Amino acid sequence: MYEVLSNDILAPNLHRLVVRAPRIAPARKPGQFVIIRLDKGEERIPLTIGDADPATGTITLFIQAIGASTRRIVDVPAGGFILDVAGPMGKPTHLDNWQRVACIGGGVGTAVLFPLVKALAATESRITTIIGGRSSQYVILADELKALSEQLLITTENGSLGRKGFVTAALTDLINEPTTKPDAVFAIGPVPMMRAIAELTRPHGIETIVSLNPIMIDGTGMCGGCRVVVDGESKFACVDGPEFDGHKVDFAGLSDRLTTYRDHESHAAAECRLTREVTNA
Amino acid sequence: MPELTMKDRLAIERTHMPELEATARSKSFDEVNRGLSLADAVQEAQRCIQCKTRPCVDGCPVGVSIPEFIDALAREDLPEAARILRGDNALPAVCGRVCPQESQCEAECVRGVKGEAVAIGYLERFVADWAMANTEKLAVAKQSVSTGKQVAVVGCGPAGLTAAGELARQGYGVTIFEALHDTGGVLRYGIPEFRLPKSIIDLEVNRLLDLGVRIECNVIIGKTLTLAQLRSQFDAVFIANGAGLPVMLNLPGENLKGVYSANEYLTRVNLMEAGRNPAAPTPIIQGRSVAVIGGGNTAMDCVRTARRLGARKAMIIYRRSEAEMPARLEEIRHAKEEGVEFVMLTAPLEIIGNDDGWVVALRCEKMELGQPDESGRRKPVAIPDSQYHLEVDVVVNAVGTRSNPLLTTTAPDLELNRWGNIVSNETGATNLGGVYAGGDIVRGGATVILAMGDGKRGATAIHGYLKQQQALSGKGR
Ligand SMILES: Cc1cc2nc3c(=O)[nH]c(=O)nc-3n(C[C@H](O)[C@H](O)[C@H](O)COP(=O)(O)OP(=O)(O)OC[C@H]3O[C@@H](n4cnc5c(N)ncnc54)[C@H](O)[C@@H]3O)c2cc1C
Ligand SMILES: Cc1cc2nc3c(=O)[nH]c(=O)nc-3n(C[C@H](O)[C@H](O)[C@H](O)COP(=O)(O)OP(=O)(O)OC[C@H]3O[C@@H](n4cnc5c(N)ncnc54)[C@H](O)[C@@H]3O)c2cc1C
Ligand code: SF4
Ligand code: SF4
Ligand code: FES
Repeated sequence: MYEVLSNDILAPNLHRLVVRAPRIAPARKPGQFVIIRLDKGEERIPLTIGDADPATGTITLFIQAIGASTRRIVDVPAGGFILDVAGPMGKPTHLDNWQRVACIGGGVGTAVLFPLVKALAATESRITTIIGGRSSQYVILADELKALSEQLLITTENGSLGRKGFVTAALTDLINEPTTKPDAVFAIGPVPMMRAIAELTRPHGIETIVSLNPIMIDGTGMCGGCRVVVDGESKFACVDGPEFDGHKVDFAGLSDRLTTYRDHESHAAAECRLTREVTNA
Repeated sequence: MPELTMKDRLAIERTHMPELEATARSKSFDEVNRGLSLADAVQEAQRCIQCKTRPCVDGCPVGVSIPEFIDALAREDLPEAARILRGDNALPAVCGRVCPQESQCEAECVRGVKGEAVAIGYLERFVADWAMANTEKLAVAKQSVSTGKQVAVVGCGPAGLTAAGELARQGYGVTIFEALHDTGGVLRYGIPEFRLPKSIIDLEVNRLLDLGVRIECNVIIGKTLTLAQLRSQFDAVFIANGAGLPVMLNLPGENLKGVYSANEYLTRVNLMEAGRNPAAPTPIIQGRSVAVIGGGNTAMDCVRTARRLGARKAMIIYRRSEAEMPARLEEIRHAKEEGVEFVMLTAPLEIIGNDDGWVVALRCEKMELGQPDESGRRKPVAIPDSQYHLEVDVVVNAVGTRSNPLLTTTAPDLELNRWGNIVSNETGATNLGGVYAGGDIVRGGATVILAMGDGKRGATAIHGYLKQQQALSGKGR
C-alpha cells in the first residue's frame, strides 16, 4: 500500500499526486516511470515520475484523467492509498553537454517534461522551454519551469495566454534565429505534436529526443505489448525507452497501435458515466 | 480389507480423470480436470506393485518417494501420504496438475511396459488437494530455530517459492522480491485457470507466509534495487527470475493490431482477468478467428484460451507434424476436444492487415518433413508454390521465450552464457560468492518441476554456504 500524501488539481482533469514510495524515490532518475495499480482487479497504468524526494521517500506524479482508470486514480484523496506502485522503469534520460536545448511540452507532456528540465538545469546547457495547451487553463507548471529555464515561451491554441498557435511555431522562430538555434530538442506530448517537431528539426539536423507512451502492461520487457518501431527495428518502449531519437521513430505505427482498444475504452467510459448517473440519481 | 495379491493389482485398469464436458468447458475458465474421488484414488493406488527398484522415482526430477506415498494412499492413510509427498515436493498440487508425467515419472513406471502406467500425477494431485482441504488433520511441520541469517530470493515463480520454503524451514529469514504485483510467476500469469486454478497458488503461497517468508511485490531487481544492494543487505541471494522475454517472429506485419506475444495474451487474461471477468478494466481483442503459432504448452494454453474468449475458429499453426509437437499429450487431446484446429506442416510468412491496421489474414506456406537435423527431429522444408491465406483477426506468437536482461545487465560481474542465461554449477552457485540461481533463468524455458528442483538444490547449497561462513567467522573470533 502506497499512501497518497497530497492531491491537487493543476488544470482541468490534471492532478498532482505526491505518493510515499520509499524504495523508488532514491532509485529513480529523470526520464523513468512507475506502473501503478489502484486496487485489486484494476489496470496497470504507466506514469512518469515527475519528481522525487529521496529524503522523505516520496515521488510526485502528474496525472491526466483521460479514461476510466486514470479518473479513478485522481479521485484518491490525500490520506488514501494506491495498492501497487512499481518502478522505477525505463531508461533514464541521456544527458549530454549541449549548449542550447529546447524543451517542449504539450498538454500533460509538460508534466513529463518537468523532471527532464530539472535535470538539464543542473548541467551547463542553456534551456528554452516551450509549453503549449488548448487554452490558458491547460497551461501547467509555468512558474516551476520558468524558474529552471533561461527562457519560457507559452503558446495556446486560442491565444488566451502567450502566443496564439502551436508550440511548433515558437520552435521555428528559435531555429531560424542563429543566436537561439538549439543543438538538441526534447519534445514530449501528444504523438502528432512530437511527430511535427521531429519533422521540423530533421532538415536542420538537430538532435531530437521524444518520450513515447505506447500501451503497456508489465513495464519490465516481459510482454512486448509496448513495442514501437525505431529505425526499422521493434523496440520495447518500457525497457529500451521510453525516450528515443525522434527522427527514427515510426510515429504512424505508434498512433495506430494506441487506438487498439479505443472501442473498448469508449465503451468503458460510457458505462462509467452511466454508473455515475445512476449512483448520483 | 484383505491384502491384495499381485494378480488382483495387475487386473485393475487405470482410472480416468473426470473432466468437464468439452463443449461446456470451451466456454468457461473452470478447471477442466475435476480430480479423483477417494474410492478411485485408492483403487488407482492399488495398481502400484511397489517395485523394489523404484524406477518411477528416477523419472521424477525431484525424486518424490512415489511408491511410499502411493502405499500410504492405498492404505487410506492420507495424513501419512501427505506427509511423505510434501516432504519431497513443495508444490504437489501444482505438479500433480502440470508436470509432463507421461515423459517423467509415469514414463518409467513398470506397469506402463505392458499396459498403462500408474496415474502418479493424478494421485499426487489427489493427496495434495486432500491435504489443502484437511490442514487440521496434518501434523504441524516443525520449524528449525532461527539462524538469524537473511536470504533474498529474486522472483516468485516455482523456483523462488521452493527455495524460500526450504530456507524458511531451516530457520533462515527469507524475503522474496517480485517484479509483478502478484505471486506465482508463470504459474499465475502464464498457465491458465482451466489447468491450474489461481486459488491453488494462493493456498501454496499462504503456506509459505505461515512459515514466516516475506513476499515483497512491485520490487524489480535491477531497477528498484540492484543485485549489489541485495548482496550487501542479505547473507545470500537466490536468483529465480525466469525466462520471460518474448521471442519475436520477425515476420512482416508483426506490429499490426491484433498480434500478441503469448506472454501478453496470457498475462492480459490470467493476471489482469481480461475477457474472463466482465468487470476487469484491462481489455483484450476477442478474435473470431485466431491463429496461434507454435506447438508447445504455451501455444496450447493460448489457443484454448482463445476458444474460451469466444473464437469460433481457433487454430494451431505448426511447422512440423503433430508427432514433433512438444506440448503435453493431455493438452493436445483437450484442445482437440474443445474444437481447436491443428494446422500442421504450415509455416507463417506474413501477417496481413487492412487499411486501419487490423490483422485480416496470415499468409502461410505448406511444409514437408525432410532429413533429421542436429536435434534429431526431421527438418521441415517448404513445398514450392504452396502459399495460401488463412483468414484470421488475432495472431498469437507462442514460439518461445528467452531470459529477460533486466537484472543481468545491471549486474555486470555475473557470468552469463551466450543466450543470456546465468551460468551456475550443479549446486546452483554462480561465479559470485553467496549468489545462487536456478529455474528458467539458468535453463532457458524448462518445466515447473525442474525449476523447483533447482530451488531445492539452491536452498541446500545456500544452507551449506552459510554454515561454512558461520564456521569461518567463528574461527576468526
Ligand atoms: C512511459 C509512459 C509514461 C506516461 N506518463 C504519464 C504521465 O506522467 N501522466 C499521464 O497523465 N499519463 C501518462 N502516460 C499515459 C497514461 O499511462 C495513459 O493515459 C493511461 O494509461 C490511460 O489509462 P485510462 O484507462 O485512464 O484511459 P483509457 O480509457 O485506457 O484511454 C483513454 C484514451 O487514451 C488512449 N490511450 C490508452 N493508453 C494510452 C497511453 N499509454 N498513452 C496515450 N493514450 C493512451 C486510448 O486509446 C483512449 O483513446 C504515460 C504513458 C507511458 C507509456
Ligand atoms: C504458458 C506456459 C505454460 C507452461 N506450462 C507448463 C506445464 O504445463 N508444465 C510445466 O512443467 N511447465 C510449464 N511451463 C514452464 C514453466 O512454467 C516454467 O518452466 C517455470 O515457471 C519456471 O519457473 P521459474 O521459477 O524459473 O520462473 P518463472 O515462473 O518465470 O518466475 C519468475 C518470476 O520472477 C519475476 N521476475 C522477473 N524478473 C525479475 C526481477 N528483475 N526482479 C524481481 N522479480 C523478477 C517474474 O515476474 C516471475 O514472477 C509453462 C510455461 C508457460 C509460459
Ligand atoms: S513431481 Fe512431477 S515428475 Fe515428480 S512424481 Fe510428481 S508428477 Fe511425477
Ligand atoms: S514403477 Fe509404477 S508400479 Fe512400480 S513402484 Fe513406481 S509407480 Fe509403482
Ligand atoms: S510493457 Fe510489456 S514489454 Fe513493455
